[in-house]
Amino acid sequence: MLKFLKSGFYTTLQDFGRFGYRNIGVPVSGVMDEVSVKKANVLLENREEDAVLEITMTGPTLLFESPTYICLSGAHMSPTLNNEPIENYKVIKVESGDILSYGKLESGFRAYLAVKGGFRGNRILGSHSQYYPVTPKKCFKDADEVPYSPIKHYESIISELKLEDHLKKLNVDVFKGPEFSILTDAHLELLFSKVFTISKENNRMAYQLTEEIGTHSHSIVTSGTLPGTVQLTPAGRLIILMKDGQTTGGYPRVLQLSDKSISILAQKKFGDMVSFKLV
Amino acid sequence: MKEVPLTIRPFGEKAVLVEWPNEVKESILNDILAFVKAFTNEYQSEWELVPAYNSVTMIWLSAVKLDFDYAKAQVLGIHKNNTQPIQNERFLWKLPVCYDTEFGIDLLETAESLGLSEDELIKQHTSQEYIVFGIGFLPGFMYLGGLPETLQLARRKAPRLHVEKGSVGLAGKQTGIYPQDSPGGWNIIGNCPIPVFDASKEKPCFISAGDKIQFQSISKAEHDLRKIESDIGIYNIEKTPLDA
Repeated sequence: MLKFLKSGFYTTLQDFGRFGYRNIGVPVSGVMDEVSVKKANVLLENREEDAVLEITMTGPTLLFESPTYICLSGAHMSPTLNNEPIENYKVIKVESGDILSYGKLESGFRAYLAVKGGFRGNRILGSHSQYYPVTPKKCFKDADEVPYSPIKHYESIISELKLEDHLKKLNVDVFKGPEFSILTDAHLELLFSKVFTISKENNRMAYQLTEEIGTHSHSIVTSGTLPGTVQLTPAGRLIILMKDGQTTGGYPRVLQLSDKSISILAQKKFGDMVSFKLV
Repeated sequence: MKEVPLTIRPFGEKAVLVEWPNEVKESILNDILAFVKAFTNEYQSEWELVPAYNSVTMIWLSAVKLDFDYAKAQVLGIHKNNTQPIQNERFLWKLPVCYDTEFGIDLLETAESLGLSEDELIKQHTSQEYIVFGIGFLPGFMYLGGLPETLQLARRKAPRLHVEKGSVGLAGKQTGIYPQDSPGGWNIIGNCPIPVFDASKEKPCFISAGDKIQFQSISKAEHDLRKIESDIGIYNIEKTPLDA
């Protein structure tokens, strides 16, 4: 078991999502930053989609109750193992009784903890991903536990990755959304020239941007939305739906982020900047 | 055979949006549901389909890059050749609602705004069969069509931070049930003690798009009983097959 001595700000168990229930309104969920998670799981020779902890802004304090191998990825949160600093993208052996804790957020917003073999536990509707009310809890609380299989010895093929870092990228690649054509020249000018600021309203459901691009009066009949769908409200505000986002919506869908761009945005926090690049 | 023109467009790298004519009509919904049924039978492992009103959002599940032209051919092939009526079993569900002001916290105000007595409001709300145009937004949230004009009024000026699970509300042309505790701006006129979404069930939402809903007025005592039954997993819901 991995025990939460302290839960941190918002820590959840996530795999790559819950598929096949969007027709009854269940969001897909899953890790916000797939790019970072795939790398950690690859290093541990797990399946890409094996369940990991997603750690937001302020990390937890975690006690390992059996030996295993871990890999950290995503945001840099000054992690320590038994008070010794450790790095992202390295396979690290942990013993029973070891304590992993996190410190200052240096860059990015969401850190990941992958464990050899992936975290276990019950799948609900085919997925480990926490999403209330599908799962009983929306995130971990102090004293919660999450199971993993003990592993005493493992020889990793690659023990470390040096990789292009997507944490500080400004540009996100977008496609035209279904209602792209409602945008006026004035909208387009702002949309693709401005650098936008992430507002306080940002979470696993959606990221709202602070700057507005001008009003409109188009309404659409409620229709499907996806992670990465950029909605334009009548007031001119941009809302980018994320992994726990609603499955349908009534605002025009003006842009659609590429998959990789969702990972880039997932690492941004209140006050960070983003700009759109049409591909 | 099919005369209904479809618009098929890419929706990002992993989805395709298929749109029917821009009207909210039962005949269009029926064509959509027949398409979803036939398409799912053929290609279930490759796609996840989300129908809502006049569109189907098709989400590509395979790790292989989506080929839009291939997808378009699949859609047109199924739509053109699918001449069968809907094969899904569809039901009329009678859902109990307690309109007591303990739950219907806006009932008095709503009735007054609509110029109706409370009894008249309840009578009108319960005499209608509402069609489910889609389930979305939140787990188990039904988009219901068919609210009489006499019951249509604007949503509340200031949304509430907390609306109780099961609350039955009116807002614009819509009526519906809040499937979970959530913030919301609808005018709350009652409460349904039966959860429309339960993740512990094999079929977490017993209602499907294309089904119909009718509300039945129950007393507070009956509401409390049905609520206790629901909490332990017993739902006794009256349903009638629609296409019988």
